[in-house]
Amino acid sequence: MGDIELIAASGAETAAKIANGEVSADEVLDFWLQRASGDALNGYLWSADRESARDGVDPDGGAIAGVPLAIKDIFCTEGVPTTAASKILGGYIPPYTATSVRNTRAAGLPMLGKTNMDEFAMGSSNENSAYGPSLNPWDTDRVPGGSSGGSAAVVAGGLAPWALGTDTGGSIRQPAGFCGIVGLKPTYGAISRFGMIAFASSLDQCGPLTRDVTDAALLLDVLQGRDDYDSTSVGIDGDVKAPTAERLDGLTFGVPRGLMSEGIEAGVLARFEETLIRIAELGGEIVDIELPHAGHAISAYYVLAPAEASTNLQRYDGVRYGLRASDEDLLAMYEVTREDGFGPEVKRRIMLGTYALSSGFYDAYYGRAQRVRTRIVEDFDRAFGKVDFVVTPTSPTVAFKLGEKTADPWTMYLSDIFTVPISLAGIPAISIPAGLAEPDGGGPELPVGFQIAAPAFAEQKLIEASFALEQAIGFDGSAGLAGGVR
Amino acid sequence: MSTEYEAVIGLEIHVQLSTRTKMFCGCELSFGDDPNVHTCPVCLALPGVLPVTNAQAIEYALQIGAALDCELSPVSTFDRKNYFYPDNPKAYQITQAARPFAENGRLGEVRIHHAHLEEDAAKTIHTGGGGRIKGSDASEVDFNRGGTPLVEIVTEPDLRSGAQVREWGQLLRATIKQLGVSDVNMEEGSLRCDANISIRPAGSDTLGTKTELKNMNSFRFIERGIEAEIARQKEVVSSGGEVEQETLHFDPATGELHSLRSKEEAHDYRYLPEPDLVPVVPTEAMLEAARNSLPELPAARAARYEQLGVSEQAALLLSFETEWAGFFEGVLEADDTIEPRVAANWVTGEFAAELRKLDDQPLAESRVAPESLATLIGLVASKKISHGAGKTVLEEMVSSGADPAAVVAEKGLEQISDSGELEKIVIQAIEDNPKPAEQIRGGNEKAIGALVGAVMKATQGRADGGEVNRLLRQHLGL
Repeated sequence: MGDIELIAASGAETAAKIANGEVSADEVLDFWLQRASGDALNGYLWSADRESARDGVDPDGGAIAGVPLAIKDIFCTEGVPTTAASKILGGYIPPYTATSVRNTRAAGLPMLGKTNMDEFAMGSSNENSAYGPSLNPWDTDRVPGGSSGGSAAVVAGGLAPWALGTDTGGSIRQPAGFCGIVGLKPTYGAISRFGMIAFASSLDQCGPLTRDVTDAALLLDVLQGRDDYDSTSVGIDGDVKAPTAERLDGLTFGVPRGLMSEGIEAGVLARFEETLIRIAELGGEIVDIELPHAGHAISAYYVLAPAEASTNLQRYDGVRYGLRASDEDLLAMYEVTREDGFGPEVKRRIMLGTYALSSGFYDAYYGRAQRVRTRIVEDFDRAFGKVDFVVTPTSPTVAFKLGEKTADPWTMYLSDIFTVPISLAGIPAISIPAGLAEPDGGGPELPVGFQIAAPAFAEQKLIEASFALEQAIGFDGSAGLAGGVR
Repeated sequence: MSTEYEAVIGLEIHVQLSTRTKMFCGCELSFGDDPNVHTCPVCLALPGVLPVTNAQAIEYALQIGAALDCELSPVSTFDRKNYFYPDNPKAYQITQAARPFAENGRLGEVRIHHAHLEEDAAKTIHTGGGGRIKGSDASEVDFNRGGTPLVEIVTEPDLRSGAQVREWGQLLRATIKQLGVSDVNMEEGSLRCDANISIRPAGSDTLGTKTELKNMNSFRFIERGIEAEIARQKEVVSSGGEVEQETLHFDPATGELHSLRSKEEAHDYRYLPEPDLVPVVPTEAMLEAARNSLPELPAARAARYEQLGVSEQAALLLSFETEWAGFFEGVLEADDTIEPRVAANWVTGEFAAELRKLDDQPLAESRVAPESLATLIGLVASKKISHGAGKTVLEEMVSSGADPAAVVAEKGLEQISDSGELEKIVIQAIEDNPKPAEQIRGGNEKAIGALVGAVMKATQGRADGGEVNRLLRQHLGL
């Protein structure tokens, strides 16, 4: 079989080729290692060789065994550098492996490499990586999104068949949308967080970035489950099955028009409206819904997530591992190490969070943000009383240019306006490609993501509906696939 | 006119639980092992790890809550208490700040505000420079202790003196020890006590500015430290000054108080609900088990012994140590004609003294069984041997494990019951000791002791003290 066929094949298709003897697992691994070594997107921070790729992998792991996986550098991997794209963890090699990664190894998936990301998953463009940004394979002057930008770029750019990412406020869905692939953020608690370097513990969730919805389902099935090492994990009842739905009859899709009143690019809106028409053609019903408090989600998120992050990141103190920039005395060790080791966005969020938790300010900031979060949860509960799904564009824009938003953090934060409310509600959501659109102001067409959210633990239902819609849309990602290799 | 002041004292007591593993990971608890052998990614706070609550720690904590007569919370939650220090690898301690597992209790005369669960810090050792971080050559961290489950018990400010704190502290220690949920060893740090101290004009119900006296490793030192701090505060106030909020350390060697930090240096701990842990929601069965697991606790046992006629002092001594209480009750069981008061005096008096003489031999290693002590007490009570001879026999029993009757026979210690024989010895004693005899006749009755001693010596303690006294008085014409 030809290289182009393997590059374009989904994980499930590759697994089928291995199963029917068309290609061997060794050939598949060698092929992808070769592709990854040509990385023109700065997508990988570390690349495996044949031995390290197979470390701990069960070759008889099951239906998808042998299809290699790219892993976001936020997952701890024993014996392999894990930096969370931060200088403070430069050269750090963990002595243990994250539960989610162990689960993929048990399923027979070799590890292609560790992918680039925004430092400690803080960012929407990958420009906060201490190791340089990953690039968008559709247009390398543009960002792949973030924070799982490296994972999205390598899947979309033909450098990996699929990848693991994490999503705190949109970090899987937004880059998937920017790169024209599928990104699934499961319900909070569906997948263990053990071994995933923490950003905001009450929001962080592992999930797959894939070529299509079927692959997302197959990876989710491998990843999900209760883990004794994560007391907030619960898993999903029963197996997650590959989707088969062709129609959307009897399903209702709620559109929160109030949240979509401004700042959406014309091209993005056009693809969104077309997708609503497709839903109707497949038998689904479109209704307007209200999410009255979702407009406050970004404000609440930028109190809650930095507050948790400020305490999660205190462990990087130069005492036990990672960078130690001074040992003049105890205070200098803390201060110089953290001054040198953290990038500007991480420092900004640590300061925001520290301030929000300070004595006397807690109620005004953290307490209030928690109450907003509760209201947003209630908004979704009410909405799901009337509809099966809530749909929005994944992001208000297509992928923007490198450097375009770095000067203005708030504008950057607004990139996550549709993904953050769902993260605060802890519910599952998927981004699927809805077509291509020109950015405002013109230029080559770029992918547009369509986000579908479902009630907690309704992943199977979400995957079925997304699959039916994906088939109807028939998105062609080949222009991206061609963009990954020098 | 000078104002009378009274002290107001509240305590914060940290109890290390003797669970098999640490509070939030699977590392075994240990004391005295090589440094940093009981560690894992979780208790070293490596990137990506998560805590998981130790079920046994919850169970033990609920027992403490029940023993302190607390309301056990249907839901309790964990919080992060943030501060940077090398013994605190996450730079936050997981504790229960907002919703502790137990509230509103009481032990004896002291009300319990609440008790909460948390994790212990690791141990820092500053080498060189006098053991303090300032001026030391190096600071070393041993993470074996890091993550040990702790219950912190916070009292209401119901205590009024150092001595009361010592006594109540001992009751608390005995109570927890009996639950079997902690070693409560202050020297090893499995029980640690901080005291918040203020003074106010006697009879006032306002609270003065408090100081905190940190972490002393015996209740005697705590008593002395508190008394020193009360004296200092009285001195400050009566000379027109104001007590300032600060944290103090008491040096038992010099008796001096040192300031560790002032109010301005106080931490802002930036408490945050711990997002990595689910709330603790004990089932009705767990609560029931905690309440039913309570053995007879020291306070109840002491009251029961006092009702049996045992002196307050002996009752408290016996109640605080389970094995001593067991020994005492064994004596009573062996011979139900022995008065509890008498048995208690023998056990806590003569017998305990003999063990102390043998290099503080622990009771568990003693060669004396409760049954043989009962036999000895019976011999004295029935006047077969004198009280003095009884002590001689006991000494032999403790050192060789001999049977009391055999010792009596072998040493010929049976009491001289023939009053004619005893009378001769008494007369001889008066003749041999003319000086005290003269003093007694001259009105100094205290001098009779010398003559009693002489008789006892001559009889090798075999005479009945009362009878000797009577005969001496008769022959001295008193």
